[in-house]
Amino acid sequence: MAEKMALAKAINESLRRALDADPKVVVMGEDVGKLGGVFRVTDGLQKDFGESRVIDTPLAESGIVGTAIGLALRGYRPVVEIQFDGFVFPAYDQIVTQLAKMHARALGKVKMPVVVRIPYGGGIGAVEHHSESPEALFAHVAGLKIVSPSNASDAYWMMQQAIQSDDPVIFFEPKRRYWDKGEVDTEAIPGPLHAARVVREGTDLTLAAYGPMVKLCQEVADAAAEEGRSLEVLDLRSVSPIDFDAVQASVEKTRRLVVVHEAPVFFGSGAEIAARITERCFYHLEAPVLRVGGYHAPYPPARLEESYLPDLDRVLDAVDRSLAY
Amino acid sequence: MTVESTAARTPRRSAGNKAGTTGTKRTTSTTKKAAGARKSAEPALVQLLTPEGERVKNAEFDKYVADITAEDLRGLYRDMVLTRRFDAEATALQRQGELGLWASLLGQEAAQIGSGRALRDDDYVFPTYREHGVAWCRGVDPTNLLGMFRGVNNGGWDPNGNNFHLYTIVIGSQTLHATGYAMGITKDGADSAVIAYFGDGASSQGDVAEAFTFSAVYNAPVVFFCQNNQWAISEPTEKQSRVPLYQRAQGFGFPGVRVDGNDVLANLAVTQWALERARAGEGPTLVEAFTYRMGAHTTSDDPTRYRGDEERLAWEAKDPILRLRRYLEASNHADEGFFAELETESEALGKRVREAVRAMPDPDHFAIFENVYADGHALVDEERAQFAAYQASFADEDGGK
Repeated sequence: MAEKMALAKAINESLRRALDADPKVVVMGEDVGKLGGVFRVTDGLQKDFGESRVIDTPLAESGIVGTAIGLALRGYRPVVEIQFDGFVFPAYDQIVTQLAKMHARALGKVKMPVVVRIPYGGGIGAVEHHSESPEALFAHVAGLKIVSPSNASDAYWMMQQAIQSDDPVIFFEPKRRYWDKGEVDTEAIPGPLHAARVVREGTDLTLAAYGPMVKLCQEVADAAAEEGRSLEVLDLRSVSPIDFDAVQASVEKTRRLVVVHEAPVFFGSGAEIAARITERCFYHLEAPVLRVGGYHAPYPPARLEESYLPDLDRVLDAVDRSLAY
Repeated sequence: MTVESTAARTPRRSAGNKAGTTGTKRTTSTTKKAAGARKSAEPALVQLLTPEGERVKNAEFDKYVADITAEDLRGLYRDMVLTRRFDAEATALQRQGELGLWASLLGQEAAQIGSGRALRDDDYVFPTYREHGVAWCRGVDPTNLLGMFRGVNNGGWDPNGNNFHLYTIVIGSQTLHATGYAMGITKDGADSAVIAYFGDGASSQGDVAEAFTFSAVYNAPVVFFCQNNQWAISEPTEKQSRVPLYQRAQGFGFPGVRVDGNDVLANLAVTQWALERARAGEGPTLVEAFTYRMGAHTTSDDPTRYRGDEERLAWEAKDPILRLRRYLEASNHADEGFFAELETESEALGKRVREAVRAMPDPDHFAIFENVYADGHALVDEERAQFAAYQASFADEDGGK
């Protein structure tokens, strides 16, 4: 049944469905109960499922993830919320040294079906530590899977799949897109969680993005079309693993690639994509793979974030540079 | 006992500092002041057996060991002796190059066997990397503990096989896993309990504080069992805390107790008490087992750089095994035949462990890529294929020769 809903609401509905379907699913985090989360993503869930399923936790991120690991060891499937991107670091130790490695350490005898939800990225005029994109820091760690939906339908279905996964999934939610509405078909059969999707077909150049930057790339493609250029837009959807086959197929067609993300370019996911695509598509490429993203600087105060974040013109400039080769 | 050990250590630590600067003086005076402050606050230990092996009455805790039989006592003795023998064998195997590292439990047998034997089969244990005695109580084959130290795996046993979680190396992390697991027990409506082991050094970690918070807030059935063995590698407990560790619990809203960590009966009794509280829905308890790590932190450590012989000698007089032997002998609960038989059993265990370690095969090369993910990962698949091709290239070379 298709329904138009905001991305945040889609996650809410997805969590509701998971809580309803499986008594082992629990939602945990700071303010997720009565308040419904600071972004209201968990709105109404505690009212309907009770305090033992939707758990308001102490203000302690390592504790949230660490106890979720213990609950997973007991057979539960915790979905934990880290309130903002920059606050995940107190939990980074538990995520990297414990959550990511437990399955391997136990030689496969235990599973870690934990979802860590992180509202991430900028563009909402927030204060320090509320606008960061730390996905590369997690992608570097084996044992974690990392996804980021760009629209309401993906948010709904990718959350279902993340909860069903026996691996820990870091679920990066593009907070600036929380209020964007889209069609969600709650009876559809979703594609694989880690498959990229061509959002817009094109022939001159591929724009690859995920999460909040997909919408920007669509706008870039619209603008480029007015200048007679046909851009293909690829929504990667997953940062670990990355669907390199899809990127390769697109690049073999367009012969040019620009990767766009909010995170700093240096050592970012764009670097990984550029390196691998160069290796896979060396003889197809007409230009080096270019990257557009944040600078090697702390995320700036809100009044400077428009200068820091990739915008229409910066991406178009990269498109021009690529096409000029 | 505690006052004595603190007082005995202080002068040696200042004497050991040869800098001879104002900094030294300042350190000395601070240390003395801290030690002085601790003296007046030093709590009495829960003790049921004195170092001389005399049974002492304890109004509060005697009832938890009231029904203990002579056979049970011999069993506890046997556990401690065999655990120590296993530990000695592992240390020797490290010296012979068979293990990359070993973390000895020498001196902590009573704390581990006493608490370990208090557990029910359906309880769940979250150890550090030194709980060989607890593993023994859980029925984990001791040879399984050696895989990670030999370097053939990072675990080596199925945690659900014996309700004994894998050794955790990051200090204090497992206290949160224990708390989460205990929260799950509550949700399940079960009446089992969880015990989390950690050391005096771990008490400084944020994760331990967070575990205390979560367990108190959710009234989780978890026993925090801190083995205060006096040293976190080279740092004494005074570098972790200005108050006795068991008192930390008070600020989180649950009870803490300090037990003589070298008294196996007292550890059994106090842990029983704490587990019963947990099962009865009364929430967490902190047990501080006041004990001593007689050996090095690990085989890589050199304790002669930071502590003197007299401290060790003072603690050797409180040896956990010796005191139970004295009690068994004085009370005629064990005869020479028992001790002789145990000696034979110990040697057999040592031999079995030695042979098992030497026979332990190196893992298959492809184990690198196994169990990274439960549901698979495209990159792991790709790299496994690359690795296979690389390995196969050597096979081709060999085949060509």
